[in-house]
Amino acid sequence: MAKHAAAVAGLAEWKPERVWPRPMFSLEACAELAALALADAGIEKGEVDGLCIGGIYESPLFGPSAAAEYLGIRANFAETVDLGGATSAGMLWRAAAAIEVGACETVLVLCPSVPPPRPDGATRGKMDFPIYLGGDAWGSPQGAFEIPAGLVAATPSFAMVAQRYMARYGLREETLAKIAADARYNAQFNPDAIFYGKPITIDDVMKSRRVADPLKLLEIVMPCFGGGALVVTTPERAARARHRPVFVAGFGEHLTHKSISYAPDLLDNPIRVAAERAFRMAGVSHAAIDVVQPYDCFTITVLVTLENAGFCGKGEGERFVSEHSLRWDGDFPLNTHGGQLGAGQAGTAGGLSHLTEAVRQLQGRATGRQLAKCDLAYANGTGGMMAEQVALILQGA
Amino acid sequence: MGTRHDSAGRPLPLVNATTKPHFDAARERRFAMQRCPRDGFFFYPRSRCPKCLGDDWAWETASGRGAVYSFTVDRAGHVPALAKLVPYAIAIVELDEGPRCTARLVDCDVEKVHVGMRLEAAYEDVEGGTVVHFRPA
Repeated sequence: MAKHAAAVAGLAEWKPERVWPRPMFSLEACAELAALALADAGIEKGEVDGLCIGGIYESPLFGPSAAAEYLGIRANFAETVDLGGATSAGMLWRAAAAIEVGACETVLVLCPSVPPPRPDGATRGKMDFPIYLGGDAWGSPQGAFEIPAGLVAATPSFAMVAQRYMARYGLREETLAKIAADARYNAQFNPDAIFYGKPITIDDVMKSRRVADPLKLLEIVMPCFGGGALVVTTPERAARARHRPVFVAGFGEHLTHKSISYAPDLLDNPIRVAAERAFRMAGVSHAAIDVVQPYDCFTITVLVTLENAGFCGKGEGERFVSEHSLRWDGDFPLNTHGGQLGAGQAGTAGGLSHLTEAVRQLQGRATGRQLAKCDLAYANGTGGMMAEQVALILQGA
Repeated sequence: MGTRHDSAGRPLPLVNATTKPHFDAARERRFAMQRCPRDGFFFYPRSRCPKCLGDDWAWETASGRGAVYSFTVDRAGHVPALAKLVPYAIAIVELDEGPRCTARLVDCDVEKVHVGMRLEAAYEDVEGGTVVHFRPA
């Protein structure tokens, strides 16, 4: 029996941008996103008694209390989540679980991914990409081995997942390219997508520059800025809100490694266990899912996720992707907003975009790309090197 | 204190008290790994066995041989100083003793690297230490 103990009542999402036009501090972004999401839900700010946040730039320590203070919230539950790309998915189930056990009643999930104003007064925020992703901290095992070997950023790690897949099961690079092309197709129906107005073909992907074999430039997300938020509340309050309540019907989380070097098995990914737990909790079948919203930092992420989450068998991803259309108007709608491959990867808000789109589809407001029937959604977050995995089943009331 | 780079900007291994025996052995051209009396070899160097959390492990000289578990040919040079070396291959090496370690492959044709390819450790002394690469065996 699916859990119906907490529901998403409202959301906010900023259009991702490569260069952010109005830098702001994390707390300022949290306040604006909170106001937008609460207005969307039709829930009063005074009802909020819970907070889930990622990092707060201007409060590296004590982030939750900094957010509670700045937003004027008397929180009965306040938490920082640190799960990379799975952060937002991890926030949503934590919020739902906190509500279910009675720790709190209404939680704001806040994902500001914007650059702070610079002390010199510069107004345009540019991306400063931390290539070592923190692995260069003193004492870090990665600093001893991976970084000197040149295994940095994320692309080479995911490329090694793809290479292992090719050796184990066989995989045509065109199949991975199709995932990117279908994502870009969906982005043409999302005016907020970073690649809106820029469709690509499988051939374009195949001809794009090789970055780390077998991954090519157009199979890799574009990092950008953005922000998003969710309002999660009790079923009773959600029923009074402006939109169809979206229940967190099932969830699962599983982690085994940080560096790809020490993943127990590159092809038996932690998302398998996370998804099994989510489906079991929700008590629904894969066939009942109307829209699939997997994290898609790279094309290979989608292929391995589809298999491990049980939408097809191990080693069947090639055939599955070849035989199905992943377009929003196809027979297997996947990442109908364009995914991050099509819409852009705005930090933790990029991961959140898979959830906000699932909520939009379930609430019937995915304008221009709305599915005719949408009652059940699968979404997941992938953090680090296919390491931090959170699966969610969302269900319309 | 984070990653140090050599004069060419290449990242050097961060060595601490726990990992030092591995790098000291590498200077002597030995691949040293910890072995737990119950659970066998483990890698990377840790204060306790990752399986049983016992601390009665001992350093041993391992074979320094293994096979490619997976790999990629980096054509972008994600570390700016390594960009001069592109294309270069990075591999997750499945050591004959069981554990895996990641290394850059040297003395090899990057276009011919494949999963299962036999490898042996190759040592390069750098400023203030030694880096362990692997090469075709």
